[in-house]
Amino acid sequence: MSFDNLDTLYRQVIMDHYKNPRNRGTLSGEDHLSVDMNNPTCGDRIQLQMQVEDGKVTDAKFEGEGCSISMSSASMMTQVIKEKTVDEALKLSKIFSEMIQGKDVDTDELDLGDAQALQGVSKFPARVKCATLAWKAMEKGVGVEEE
Amino acid sequence: MDIQAIRKDFPILNQEVNGHPLVYLDSAATSQKPLPVIEKVNEYYSMHNSNVHRGVHTLGNRATEGYEGAREKVRNFINAKSTKEIIFTRGTTTSINKIAYSYARTNLKEGDEIVLTPMEHHSNIIPWQQAAKAVGAKLQYLPLQPDGTILLEDVEKAVNERTKIVAMVHVSNVLGTINPIKEVTEIAHKNGAIMVVDGAQSTPHMRIDVQDLDCDFFAFSGHKMCGPSGVGVLYGKKKLLENMEPVEFGGEMIDFVDLHESTWKELPWKFEGGTPIIAGAVGLGAAIDYLEEIGLENINQHEKELAAYALEQLRTLAGIDIYGPEKRAGLVTFNLDDVHPHDVATVLDSLGIAVRAGHHCAQPLMKWLDVTATARASFYLYNTKEEIDILVSGLQKSKEFFGDVF
Repeated sequence: MSFDNLDTLYRQVIMDHYKNPRNRGTLSGEDHLSVDMNNPTCGDRIQLQMQVEDGKVTDAKFEGEGCSISMSSASMMTQVIKEKTVDEALKLSKIFSEMIQGKDVDTDELDLGDAQALQGVSKFPARVKCATLAWKAMEKGVGVEEE
Repeated sequence: MDIQAIRKDFPILNQEVNGHPLVYLDSAATSQKPLPVIEKVNEYYSMHNSNVHRGVHTLGNRATEGYEGAREKVRNFINAKSTKEIIFTRGTTTSINKIAYSYARTNLKEGDEIVLTPMEHHSNIIPWQQAAKAVGAKLQYLPLQPDGTILLEDVEKAVNERTKIVAMVHVSNVLGTINPIKEVTEIAHKNGAIMVVDGAQSTPHMRIDVQDLDCDFFAFSGHKMCGPSGVGVLYGKKKLLENMEPVEFGGEMIDFVDLHESTWKELPWKFEGGTPIIAGAVGLGAAIDYLEEIGLENINQHEKELAAYALEQLRTLAGIDIYGPEKRAGLVTFNLDDVHPHDVATVLDSLGIAVRAGHHCAQPLMKWLDVTATARASFYLYNTKEEIDILVSGLQKSKEFFGDVF
């Protein structure tokens, strides 16, 4: 994509999440879900922890290393899935994945929150895997195998 | 060396990417292909394609001549004694795996040691890890100097009577370090060890003489030296190869087959099970002709100048970290400010500049550098100083862009 389009990829809100990540850290206690995931082709990695009670994500935190897209996406993802049911979180992940692939998505039903700002990634195919890493980790954490 | 004439040989370079002329600075990942190679592969499939070493028909003979002719070109290119020592493989990774499977698993036992450096590509680490696990041998790593070089006195210390294999990259794909293979080979031999060289990043760029290096095995890939992807070479000393068992069994590599026992063809074919990489080898032969015509020495000199110019120009950027020694091959690996290299590479791509970003298949080295990833610009015969200027101005734009959004 051309230089002029870079702004759509690196919007303010993305840079804000990258520089000031929300929910960075680890959960205390032992009864939470924990999942490690990496992108072996580029070395980005995330450790995601989620507290799930009665089918609801009550808390989520992450640690990791990676580019601005992967880390901001993790920050946004942990923010948006909190207080959502597991089913809702999975549905959000599906909506997110479709948005990133440039498909038309109906976000009326469920709001992606700040993660909506990553829509511009759809114009940068090489960066799609950066954006979806945290979401894949979430899916794995709640027990959904990769397709 | 007329770079503009050379560039005309590479049709892929003549295009715009994202509205800008393509600046291809990723030849260490794979090189582009000149017309003589593309046309040779095309001609092979259009005129001569057939299976080799069988059948009495004319095309079969032509294909065999093309394939075996390429083997002779490779032999001459790296100055091996005999074509028996030239085995066509899929690439460097397959070549090293063949040694690890066949030689290492047979000749190593518990307590033996394999000496490596931390600057190895994954393809020269993992085959040895697996072989060591299989036989109970141990891996020993040489220390690196702060500039990413090794000291021969450290090799002297690390290599001892337990060492059976020293495996080392000739030119680091990250640091650009050029290792003193000849001297290390001497130390290995003095201690009764064999020397394995990963030549993936050296063979495309400098004159290789395996007899002068005296190494026991030398592996490289065709696709990094203007050849097609999917073909590479394993050179091995005849006396070692003769005593090694094949790794792949089946068609092509047999002498006699009975229901319960079989025997193998002679060298080099016993290591080339299945229909070989015929078109790939023919294309590699054409690549060798192309490089020889321009001259490896000229290519090497041109890349040295590019690397020196790139170092000088990149150092004018504030906030740049450059990795590797002063005396280096034609590549520069760096990080710019705190911006992740993927983000830098995306900005550069938007300007038509192709660089590699990531761990470069060298995760242990990334750990040693204490970074998670780096960006790398690598040069070949078709690159120009103007392209380095474009890179530097692209990095300047990247700084401005991320300076603004941060």
